[in-house]
Amino acid sequence: MKLITAIIKPFKLNEVRDALSAIGVAGLTVTEVKGYGRQKGQSEIYRGAEYAVHFLPKLKLEIAVDTPLATQVVDTVRESSTTGQIGDGKIFVMDLDQAVRIRTAETGADAL
Amino acid sequence: MKKLSIPGLTALFALAPSIALALDAVGTVDKGDTTFMMLSTILVLFMILPGLALFYGGLVRSKNMLSVLMQCTTITAAVIVIWVTYGYSFAFGGSTSPFWGGTAKLFLAGVNGDSLAATFTEGVMIPEWVFICFQMTFACITPALIVGAFVERIKFSSLMVFIVLWVTLVYFPVAHMVWDSSGYIFNLGALDFAGGTVVHINAGIAALVGCLILGPRLGYGNDMLAPHSMTLTLVGAAMLWVGWFGFNAGSNLEATSGAALAMINTFTATAGAILAWVILEAALRKQASALGAASGLVAGLVAVTPAAGSVGPMGAIVLGAVASVVCYFFVSTVKLRFNYDDSLDVFGIHGIGGIVGAVGTGIFTAPSLGGIGDEDYSIIAQTTTQIWAVLITIVWCGVISAILFFIVKALMGLRVDPTTELQGLDLASHGERAYHY
Repeated sequence: MKLITAIIKPFKLNEVRDALSAIGVAGLTVTEVKGYGRQKGQSEIYRGAEYAVHFLPKLKLEIAVDTPLATQVVDTVRESSTTGQIGDGKIFVMDLDQAVRIRTAETGADAL
Repeated sequence: MKKLSIPGLTALFALAPSIALALDAVGTVDKGDTTFMMLSTILVLFMILPGLALFYGGLVRSKNMLSVLMQCTTITAAVIVIWVTYGYSFAFGGSTSPFWGGTAKLFLAGVNGDSLAATFTEGVMIPEWVFICFQMTFACITPALIVGAFVERIKFSSLMVFIVLWVTLVYFPVAHMVWDSSGYIFNLGALDFAGGTVVHINAGIAALVGCLILGPRLGYGNDMLAPHSMTLTLVGAAMLWVGWFGFNAGSNLEATSGAALAMINTFTATAGAILAWVILEAALRKQASALGAASGLVAGLVAVTPAAGSVGPMGAIVLGAVASVVCYFFVSTVKLRFNYDDSLDVFGIHGIGGIVGAVGTGIFTAPSLGGIGDEDYSIIAQTTTQIWAVLITIVWCGVISAILFFIVKALMGLRVDPTTELQGLDLASHGERAYHY
């Protein structure tokens, strides 16, 4: 199993969700996060005061999938979340040792 | 509230007996006027709570939200008690001194259901209770305005001590000087319809002095100190506009065409000022902001305050727009150049807007510019008088405020300690949190 973590632009969430549903991904977890990458920050101006906002709001998606599906999920997330502009985000893929469905105690890929 | 006396307006107002002399006189009380003044009084309270409190509250960081609401609330409560015990007497106690009202009405001595206060029309009176309450709300909002200059770092107890001293030694004397018929500035012939000098210049100057003595917030110029809720700020600004009709139209003391003129001017000047600020931002930095609209709104209201009863609706548009442009320059350029932390721009908008309004009143009262001054109205003479009134207010308020700030600083300190400031005043000073996410 793989755990796919994607940092995306917030307004892309619905497109990503729809695309993942279409390929059979059963669930994902979304967290509001802040961070910076190459995009750095932007500035906000309040009357005369200009503030550089160093950490921009992004969404972090966490998707656990069976290994054979992982490449397709990564591609789908990438394609559905890109705008072609700087600041589109990153996708990280990690090995996942175990998964447990709390209600039934199923483990492994059956729990996903 | 003010007995206007300018060349040309004398026909209109010369017959108005002085407040001081007329309080015990016999006259007709009109139920319409009384109702109008009671509602105007409540509208001015609405300006402070929740209007000003939310306007200021939205502009601070969320960790200091409650401290601002608390400061506005407790200042209002304290000044109400002070006003009825000695403030009213010090301002309007009937003394013939040019600088204070004396002690004749301490604890509202002698005021009862039969006591009457004069209006601008001979023989037309309102119950003195109403006059006391209306003026009380003005005394409450002025110190609450000052708070904006040193939010997020002032020590609560020190603030309250300062405010008690300030209204006693600055507000009451200036209110007497400007509005009482024996007052020094009143007798110069200065026009201040609803309190441009007494309320706004007074608050603005005290604010500037205060933020210079307190020093900037920790992280000023480096850290993110941006407003936590522009929504609340806009809501509060809109409430200020609504309440300001009580402030300006109510200052006519009667529900007559004079009040209607103040009303329309309170619409047009504010609209002109909002548009001016927004257009200026769109032109200079390509984006018109909500805070810009709110700032223009307040600047326009401040500028039309002294002018509301004597300029025309067209002149008011120009006056509001000019005030916006000048205030924009102060909050965006002058403040940065001199690097003082007038956190919510009390000086930049109320002080400067008040000065523009006071001087502009001298100009736009001219009949050639749509004002109600008569044929021989002299712009130069009246404007010179206006400038004198402004300078006297600046010096009186600036010097005494500075002395009071230094006294309180020596006795109990003005700022919270750095740890408290970083943690936020809500938790550190009040033991509670504005928001539980």
